[in-house]
Amino acid sequence: MIELLLSIWNLVPEALQILLIIILKVVVIAVPIMLAVAYITLAERKVIGYIQVRIGPNRVGPRGLLQPIADGLKLVLKEIIIPTNANRFLFVIAPLLALAPALACWAVIPFADGWVLADIDAGLLYVLALSSMGVYGLIIAGWASNSKYAFLGAMRSAAQMVSYEIAMGFALVGVLMAAGSMNLSAIVESQSGSFIHWFWLPLFPLFLVYFIAGLAETNRAPFDVAEGESEIVAGFHVEYSGMAFALFFLAEYANMILISILTVIMFMGGWLSPFQGIPGLEALFSFVPGIVWILAKTCFLLLLFLWFRATFPRYRYDQVMRLGWKVFIPITILWILVIGVGVMAEIGPWFD
Amino acid sequence: MNKIKFYLKSFLLWELLLGLKLTGRYFFKTKITVQYPEEKTPQSNRFRGLHALRRYPNGEERCIACKLCEAVCPALAITIDAEPREDGSRRTTRYDIDLFKCIYCGFCEEACPVDAIVETRVFEYTFETREESIMTKEKLMAHGDVHEKQIAADRAQDAKFR
Repeated sequence: MIELLLSIWNLVPEALQILLIIILKVVVIAVPIMLAVAYITLAERKVIGYIQVRIGPNRVGPRGLLQPIADGLKLVLKEIIIPTNANRFLFVIAPLLALAPALACWAVIPFADGWVLADIDAGLLYVLALSSMGVYGLIIAGWASNSKYAFLGAMRSAAQMVSYEIAMGFALVGVLMAAGSMNLSAIVESQSGSFIHWFWLPLFPLFLVYFIAGLAETNRAPFDVAEGESEIVAGFHVEYSGMAFALFFLAEYANMILISILTVIMFMGGWLSPFQGIPGLEALFSFVPGIVWILAKTCFLLLLFLWFRATFPRYRYDQVMRLGWKVFIPITILWILVIGVGVMAEIGPWFD
Repeated sequence: MNKIKFYLKSFLLWELLLGLKLTGRYFFKTKITVQYPEEKTPQSNRFRGLHALRRYPNGEERCIACKLCEAVCPALAITIDAEPREDGSRRTTRYDIDLFKCIYCGFCEEACPVDAIVETRVFEYTFETREESIMTKEKLMAHGDVHEKQIAADRAQDAKFR
């Protein structure tokens, strides 16, 4: 049987073989992401419920485990309403523009040693470029809806993205200087050694700035001024319904996971075990594969996303701008100088 | 000095960490949700739910058509017509409560000199047509017959406060 399949496989032309393998890899990455997005929506409702002394959804399936499936089914079956004066083409294409960059970024994410779809040397640049693409989806959605609330939301998200993109970029410059490489796998490798070799310690302010700017980039609470349901209804996606709305939802949550996993890769040692370098524990936990560590760290950061949402009230719009321009950018620039000095002086154990 | 303290606190995100600590504690608190169809909160014996008309133990209906409930009803939900029965006693021929108008204040029960109209503990009822929202005399009597035991027990428990 296996020999038969192999002989069929060998008949396929080589160019097609490569294409098929790449498509298979994409599916292997994209499908778990979609599932993760679905279950983060459930986790979010559960966590926020627990913090509010409720129990959250528990009716669909055992302990509410089928809730995301039911939600998805509902959204698929609903009608997509296109407002009369909307720009039909842009209105339909906007959700795709929001989702595509969020998924495309995953191509360069190393899940474990060597487990990466595209091991390109400019990985960090690629991530920066694509994560700033996502905002076009929101702006186009807000503009094409021809609704004042959607437009206000789009303006807000555009201004916010531009401000926080800079702080985020500078934080990444710090990582780049410390690691000496733009390849994400190489960045993780340069953190190996032990728990304190990870970049969160020497780059602590950048770590905080990156994660908080990540919250702002993904329009999550407390920076969800672009949605601001109590001020501008739902922001850029007021006019969307059904599957088009679901795509925005998917994009937001896929971006959340992406920001978390990028933070893990750049500041928390990626797939490296936290027990590395500790004599007894290192051998004890050496059987755990790297992907488990990276996923566990990512889950922890995702929990932080949900925890923040349940804790903090929304920033006022001018305060969001003040924080971005007057606090984050000075801090990052200052710390880049500090890292520069550290790299020049080869201060161990990080910069030697 | 205070200024330095302020800057130190705000850069260490101190207040935010305090907030996170608070919500973090709530995460582990016992949940207070009542899972309704399976679990129910306890009811008072004075609960004011769906109405019923009661009978004396010998089977005679209590209502004597004095129309005090109709007069006291603040929502004008009660409509009563009365006529002498064959044996000469005064009885209602029509006793309608419009449940869409009723505000469940319990004044009818308080006004009743013979404890005929009462509000029971039943609160889970629905209508599928508008006509069903009118509790007619037959429906009220039937409802009273079903729940008489509970109604009598509730009134007995409350008797010393009346």
